[in-house]
Amino acid sequence: MTDAATEPDKITGPTPDNALRAADRADEGPVLAADGTPLKQSLNRALRAQKLRALALIAPLLIFVLVSFIAPIGDMLFRSVENQIVSETLPRTVRALADYDAASEEVPSDEVFEAAYYDLFYAAERKEHTRLGSRLNYEMTGASSMFRKSGRGVDDIGEVYQDQFEDLDANWDEARPWAELMGDPDWIAAQEAWDGEGDMPEFELRSDIAEVLPRAANSYEIFARYMQSEEGDSPLEEEPWSVVHTALYQDLSTGDVSGYDGPRAEMLQAADELVATPEFETISFRDGFEEIDEDWVEPEIWRTIKTYSPAFTSGYFLNSVDMQKTPDGPALRDEDERIYGLLFQRTMFMSLVITFSCILLGYPIAYLLSNLPSSKANLLMILVLLPFWTSLLVRTSAWKVMLQQQGVINDVLVWLGMVADDGRLVMINNQFGTIVAMTHILLPFMILPMYSVMSTIPPSYVRAAKSLGATNWTSFWRVYFPQSVPGIGAGSILVFILSIGYYITPEIVGGTSGIFISNRIAYHISSSLNWGLAAALGTILLVVVLALYWAYDRIVGIDNVKLGG
Amino acid sequence: MSEAILTPIEKKPIGFTTGVLALAGGFAGLFIGTAQGSGLLGVLVGAALMAALAFVAMEVLGKNTEKSVRWGLIALGAVAGFLVGGVPGLILGGLFGWFFGWFIYWVGMGRYRAHLVPYLTGGQVLWHYAFRVICGAIFIFLITPIIVVMPLSFNAENFFTFTPEMLRFDPEGYSLRHYRDFLTNPEWTSAVKNSLMVAPVATLISVSLGTLAAIGLSQSHVPGKRAIMAILISPMIVPLIISATGMYFFYSKIGLVGTYWGIVLAHAVLGIPFVIITVTATLVGFDRSLTRAAANMGANPVTTFFKVQMPLILPGVISGGLFAFITSFDEVVVVLFIGSAELQTLPWQMFTGLREQISPTILAAATILVAISICLLTAVEVLRRRSEKLRGLSPG
Repeated sequence: MTDAATEPDKITGPTPDNALRAADRADEGPVLAADGTPLKQSLNRALRAQKLRALALIAPLLIFVLVSFIAPIGDMLFRSVENQIVSETLPRTVRALADYDAASEEVPSDEVFEAAYYDLFYAAERKEHTRLGSRLNYEMTGASSMFRKSGRGVDDIGEVYQDQFEDLDANWDEARPWAELMGDPDWIAAQEAWDGEGDMPEFELRSDIAEVLPRAANSYEIFARYMQSEEGDSPLEEEPWSVVHTALYQDLSTGDVSGYDGPRAEMLQAADELVATPEFETISFRDGFEEIDEDWVEPEIWRTIKTYSPAFTSGYFLNSVDMQKTPDGPALRDEDERIYGLLFQRTMFMSLVITFSCILLGYPIAYLLSNLPSSKANLLMILVLLPFWTSLLVRTSAWKVMLQQQGVINDVLVWLGMVADDGRLVMINNQFGTIVAMTHILLPFMILPMYSVMSTIPPSYVRAAKSLGATNWTSFWRVYFPQSVPGIGAGSILVFILSIGYYITPEIVGGTSGIFISNRIAYHISSSLNWGLAAALGTILLVVVLALYWAYDRIVGIDNVKLGG
Repeated sequence: MSEAILTPIEKKPIGFTTGVLALAGGFAGLFIGTAQGSGLLGVLVGAALMAALAFVAMEVLGKNTEKSVRWGLIALGAVAGFLVGGVPGLILGGLFGWFFGWFIYWVGMGRYRAHLVPYLTGGQVLWHYAFRVICGAIFIFLITPIIVVMPLSFNAENFFTFTPEMLRFDPEGYSLRHYRDFLTNPEWTSAVKNSLMVAPVATLISVSLGTLAAIGLSQSHVPGKRAIMAILISPMIVPLIISATGMYFFYSKIGLVGTYWGIVLAHAVLGIPFVIITVTATLVGFDRSLTRAAANMGANPVTTFFKVQMPLILPGVISGGLFAFITSFDEVVVVLFIGSAELQTLPWQMFTGLREQISPTILAAATILVAISICLLTAVEVLRRRSEKLRGLSPG
């Protein structure tokens, strides 16, 4: 591709905007086209048509790439800050925690525990509490088991009330009486008429019940809707969760139901009387939580929930640079918990070593190829292109064969007597293995740009330098080398970009000390399932690569990328 | 180095010849010596032997008996090697004999200066050849791993290494069992089948869309061309692990993870930059007055495209397609993320094989892949030359 195609004034001949310019220059009146319209106008129309045609040709591919590539990348960037899980799973708790001072060493108020009880109960029924647990576990060790335990334990709080109501009147543990108490009569009729096919009539609260029993009505509605939509069961046949009984107790202990005269009024008033008696056993939410896990009455978990309650968080990014969020702002992690800084450093260091070894090995080859007669150079070029075209996995498996302890190199060294049979060199599953294998794999990417730059250096310059008295070294260092620097730059950036994102080769020959940041990303996606952290690490890597790519574009121009010589 | 320069080729002083040969012999003797137990003895014996041989060949026998001396040395080396190390020793010894036979005359007769300009100093000549030896070593580094895989794939045992039988060139040590396994084991055959189902479709998508877009991009008026180009090239620049991560997140949202079309779409997108780059490069030399001429003679744009433009840019399109094909055929990271157990491709199978069960069947697969890549390399080279010829960029 040349610039001539983009900049019309470099094209000579009858292109539309050359003609436009010509029309501009002509000073005698507007020139008319054959159909009588001013030439300028008609040329403008032609130009627009041409632009549209070009865009129409590009559009299908552009849309394709945007949808199947750019959108995924955007999704990854979004995921690196997205954090809706806390506020979606624990909405009431997050609201109740709004005034909580995370920096204080206090446990939050009883309202927070109440909110947390309801949130956790619903989450446990929806099986969402474990997901939230593992999310918070990234920030606070132990959160995962705490949430798993609590999912089982929250039932105990409600059962205290459920059992007492049931002892009073067995109807309190039946589906039908609850439905009559809570449900709209029309809905009950519709639900009864439902024949098991099509959608169930959606549950509706009776019009006045929410005023009498606000909490219980709300809880029952959530229960009934969940039964209908998620389980596909009729609320007329399912006894409610124990959380509804807890809510009922709260309503009865604070409100007044004496004026109530709707369905099941007697049953409700009997319960009200029971609650008023001093024998009625109660349990505070705080005590209930303490019974499940003592960590609930420590401030740490509440601090964590509060810190991660916003819908977007910088937590993943802080994590990926070995920091964490604290009430006092971001802070470095403890010395023994820092791994990503080291990993980034190692990725950079190894990529630099690989780039330098590629320069070291690639320069002589590129020099030789560009100074040999073309018939010989083409023949030798095959030796460079064959590895370039060979499958990456073939080359990686070849290095495994070469480097392992029972491998070819060790066998040869033992056979030559240079190492003892029991002192075979460890060359694989460490940094050495990764560096050697990746240098081999990326060497063609260094040689090809160097070669294309070196073959444009006229040999007469060096000869001129020599004839003026320069020594071999001077003529190389002062005349030839400076002209070959662009090739080194192009190859180095290319190799560096490719190597910092490498995954397969380090995974197979790198062991634990020779892995890159990309292996950690893969680990977080497939094993630890900490996708947010994987996305944040990926975003950092992407920014580095794009910065290098930008530099490459400025220095070499992406249009000059050549494939296969 | 023009042919017209005549560098006198003359016999070198015997001291120089024996000195160089003693050095070379000492170096070779070091390896043989350490292999046999004593490095120092090897150096001394090697140096003395080679110096003596050089003296005899140069001073006693002279130039006329060169052929017989060299054959004699090959035979001598082979016999000595056989006595020490059996069949492999015979071959290595023969090679040693051949090399030193050539080397004695090359040094002794001053032939090493034959292709060099006459004014070079001794140091420059030494550097000239040292540089070539260094380059040779780098070429060996480049090519050895690929060569080593091939004989190992004929291993009769389930090992990743050369067995003693193989080194003895015992036919018992070689077999085609891993190739048989590769061709009959359902794990491998279904992997090949999957790869062959994905790659051509992905290639078709990237080539058809990519060629159209490349033609659009090569027009003279494209608004936002740099940005469009950057977007279209980006799948090649973004590290595969990041592409795979993003695709895994996004494709799982729209239910494409683990499906055939998910992999095809991902591979098509990864192949697009290669098509764009090769086809735009071909279009640089395309003479656009040809399409105007066709339009002038009444051809509609579709006819012009297929009858005039396409045949001329076809080499570029095909080599772009080959690149896209090899990208898909060789791609493993994205498949690992968005593939599923039923959709294992050949690289996936090789990757898990390398990580978990080490079976030389991988090497059989590797050898077959090397053969395929040699074919593809040849095809691309031929196409590139043809394209340059069509565009008049190079003679011949």
